[in-house]
Amino acid sequence: MSLKFFAHFLFIFQVYISVFLLIIHLQFHFFEIAFLFYFFAGAKPMAAIFQGVGAAATLSSSPSNSFDSNNSVFSPLTSFSVRRGASFAVVRSDGILNLNPKGRRAQQLISNAVATKADSAASSSSSKPGHELLLFEALQEGLEEEMDRDPRVCVMGEDVGHYGGSYKVTKGLAEKFGDLRVLDTPIAENSFTGMGIGAAMTGLRPVVEGMNMGFLLLAFNQISNNCGMLHYTSGGQFTIPIVIRGPGGVGRQLGAEHSQRLESYFQSIPGIQMVACSTPYNAKGLMKAAIRSENPVILFEHVLLYNLKERIPDEDYICNLEEAEMVRPGEHVTILTYSRMRYHVMQAAKTLVNKGYDPEVIDIRSLKPFDLYTIGNSVKKTHRVLIVEECMRTGGIGASLTAAITENFNDYLDAPIMCLSSQDVPTPYAGTLEEVTVVQPAQIVTAVEQLCQ
Amino acid sequence: MALSQLLSSSSRSGNRLKSLSSAISLRHPISTDTTPITVETSVPFTSHQCEVPSRTVQTNAKELLTFFRDMALMRRMEIAADSLYKAKLIRGFCHLYDGQEAVAVGMEAAITKKDSIITAYRDHCTFIARGGTLLEVFAELMGRQAGCSRGKGGSMHFYKKDSNFYGGHGIVGAQVPLGCGLAFAQKYCKDEAVTFALYGDGAANQGQLFEALNISALWDLPAILVCENNHYGMGTAEWRAAKSPAYYKRGDYVPGLKVDGMDVLAVKQACTFAKEHALKNGPIILEMDTYRYHGHSMSDPGSTYRTRDEITGVRQERDPVERIRKLILSHDLATEKELKDTEKEVRKEVDDAIAQAKENPVPDSSELFTNVYAKGLGVESFGADRKEVRATLP
Repeated sequence: MSLKFFAHFLFIFQVYISVFLLIIHLQFHFFEIAFLFYFFAGAKPMAAIFQGVGAAATLSSSPSNSFDSNNSVFSPLTSFSVRRGASFAVVRSDGILNLNPKGRRAQQLISNAVATKADSAASSSSSKPGHELLLFEALQEGLEEEMDRDPRVCVMGEDVGHYGGSYKVTKGLAEKFGDLRVLDTPIAENSFTGMGIGAAMTGLRPVVEGMNMGFLLLAFNQISNNCGMLHYTSGGQFTIPIVIRGPGGVGRQLGAEHSQRLESYFQSIPGIQMVACSTPYNAKGLMKAAIRSENPVILFEHVLLYNLKERIPDEDYICNLEEAEMVRPGEHVTILTYSRMRYHVMQAAKTLVNKGYDPEVIDIRSLKPFDLYTIGNSVKKTHRVLIVEECMRTGGIGASLTAAITENFNDYLDAPIMCLSSQDVPTPYAGTLEEVTVVQPAQIVTAVEQLCQ
Repeated sequence: MALSQLLSSSSRSGNRLKSLSSAISLRHPISTDTTPITVETSVPFTSHQCEVPSRTVQTNAKELLTFFRDMALMRRMEIAADSLYKAKLIRGFCHLYDGQEAVAVGMEAAITKKDSIITAYRDHCTFIARGGTLLEVFAELMGRQAGCSRGKGGSMHFYKKDSNFYGGHGIVGAQVPLGCGLAFAQKYCKDEAVTFALYGDGAANQGQLFEALNISALWDLPAILVCENNHYGMGTAEWRAAKSPAYYKRGDYVPGLKVDGMDVLAVKQACTFAKEHALKNGPIILEMDTYRYHGHSMSDPGSTYRTRDEITGVRQERDPVERIRKLILSHDLATEKELKDTEKEVRKEVDDAIAQAKENPVPDSSELFTNVYAKGLGVESFGADRKEVRATLP
C-alpha cells in the first residue's frame, strides 16, 4: 500500500519531491555548518543539537536516496505537503523536526547519530550539494535572482550602485543591471523611500535600502502613512509590493544613533509585514519571498551577522514570510528569539544542555505577524516561555509577543513569561557598557534556571 | 697647555656657536610678532546675491604660526587616530578630517567662543579648535571615562558646552535644523552671536536643510550654513548626487559665498564676512571647497570611487598645512628647522595624550544608566531578568 501511495504521490509531485528531498537532505547539514561557523567561532556543536541533526545524518550518509531510508521520513513530510498544498518547494523549516514527535522512529535514528556523525563530518565539502557563502552574499544572490526573474524589481539606496553597497549586499548589481535598476540616491531618505512607495503603487517592485535602519527614521512618515496604509485607504486599489531592508541592531561600538532596533518602532504600523533574517539560508529565502510578496515587507538584517557562512541549496527556494523557524527542539522551556540573539541563545543552550535542561529554541523570524501556530504548539508542549530579544524592554517585540502569548495560551503556561531585552538606554559607545546593554548568554542561562524551578 | 687652550678655545667657540644656534631654536616657536602682513587668498571668492569680500587678508606672524601649529596638531591627531583604529583601540565608526583642517582653524580665528558651532560626525578637529584637549579626544575615541562624553558617545558625539560646541551628530543633515535653532536662541536672547552649522555635500540634498533655511530666512536668524564640500558623499561623487553642485547657490533667496576651503586665510576672511552679514541680514551659506585624504570613514578605503592620483594631486597642490608652511618660509617668519621642531613637539603632545588616554579606566557599569534623564525623575531600571532593581535612573 505504501508503495502504491508512494508511486501515486511521485507521479503528481515527481519533480518537487526530488527537489524537496534534496533540500531536506541539505538542511540537515545546515545546523552542523552553521554552528561550526557561526558568530561565536570556536564553539563546538552541542551533542543535543546533533540529536536532531544526527537523525538526518543517517539519511545524508546514503546519498543515493534509497526508498527504505526515505520512507521513514516521508509520512510526516507528505502529510505536510498535502496539508499545505505547496505548488513548489517551500521548505517548511520545522519539516525536519517532525521526526521527533514520531517517538520510537526518532529514537532509532538518534541511536545511529554518533556513528554516522563522524561519516558526514569526514565527507569532503565538495561532495555535498549546494554552495557555501556568507550572509551578505546570500542576500545578494536572492536579490540578483529576483531581479533576473522579474524586470520590475529595482533597488534604490545610498551607495548601492557604483560603490557596491556599504555592506556589499548589492555588489556587482549595478554593472549587471544598469543605472536605472540599481539607483544611487542622494542622502535623502524621506524622499527616496517615498519615491519607492510611489513607484510601487504603479506596479514596480522597488527594494529600498536604508544604509542603516536608523536612517529610516527620517522616512517614518512615508513608511507609516503611505506604505502601510495606502492599500487600506484606497479600498484595495493600490498594492505596495515594496521591500524596505537594511542592517540594524547593536554592532561593535557604533554609537547610539547607529545601533537602533527599529522593529519596535515599526511594529504598530498596520499594513506592513516585518521579518528578521538570521542565517544565510533564511536571508536568501526571506529576501526572495519579500520581493515576491504583494504586501510591503520590512526585512531586518543585523550588522554583525553579515559574515556568517553557511551552505545553502543551489536551487530556487523561498522561506515563508509568516513562519517561525524551529532551531532546536526541546521539552523544558520555549525560548523565542530572532536575529542576532539567536546566536546568544544557542550559546546559552550549550551551557543549559550541559546543566541538564532541554530548551526548545524558536527563531520567530516573522516579527509582524507572529507565527502563533508554531509558538503555540511549542508553548503547549513546554509550558514555559522565555523571550530573548535585542529590542528595548519598553514597547519592544518581546512586549507584544508576551501580550500575544498571554492572551492566547494563558492556560498552557506554568510560569509567567520572562522577557530578556536590551536596557532602556541609548547604546553607549564604550565597549564594556555596550555589552551590558545587550542580553548576554550568561543572563539567558540564569533566566532559564529561574524559569524552570 | 697650548693644546688644551686650543682645544678649550675651539670648544668654547664651538660652545658659543652651539649656544647661539640653541638660542635661536629656543626662541619660542610661536613668535609674538603682530606686525600686519598682507596676503592674498589663493583664489578670489565667488558670491551669490551678496558682495564679495576682499581677496587681500591681513594677518601677522603670530597668527600664521598659530595656524601652522594648530593644523599640524590636528593632522597628527587624525593620523594617530588612524593607527589606533587599525590597532582596534578605537572601534565602530571613525571619520577623519585630515585635509580639511583649514576650515576648522580658519573659522575659529574669525569668531569668539560666544558664537556656536555645530557639525556632523567629522568632528574631532572642530572639537580641538573649540578648545578641547587631546586627552578628551583620545579618551572618548577609546571609550574611556576621561572622554568628553564620558566614553558613552564615541567618535561621532563630541560636545563642549562651555565653548558652545554643539557636536557631533551621526544622522546626516540632522544637525542643520538644530543649528538654526541655536541661531534662533541667540536672536531670542539678543546675544549678538552667530551659529555656524556645518554639513557636507552629501547632506546638502537633505530636505530638512532647506526647511530650516526657509524658516531662518523668514525669521532673520543669525545662522551661517557652512557646506564643507569635499566632493564625495561617502562613495558618491557630488555630480552624481546633486543636480546643482554649486552649493553656495542652492539657498536661492539666501546669499552664498564660495571659498577655497584649503586656504585658512580665505576661510577666516569669509567667516568674518559671514558673521557680519548674518548679524545684520540673516542667514548666509558658505561653501568651503575642501578635500579629505582618508576615505569617508575608517571602513572605507577611499580609493574605489576616486583615483590615487587625484588624492596625491590635491595633497601636493592644495594641502592646507603645506600652504601655511610655504607662506611662513617665504615671509621669513620662521626657519624650516623651527617648523620641523613644532611638528615634533606636536607629535610628542599627541603621543603623550594617547599614552595618558590608554591608562584611563573604562566607564563603570553603573554609568550605563546615568544621563538617560536629567536629575529628579527616579525611574527604575531592571536588570535583564526583571527580578532585581539594577538602578534607579537619576
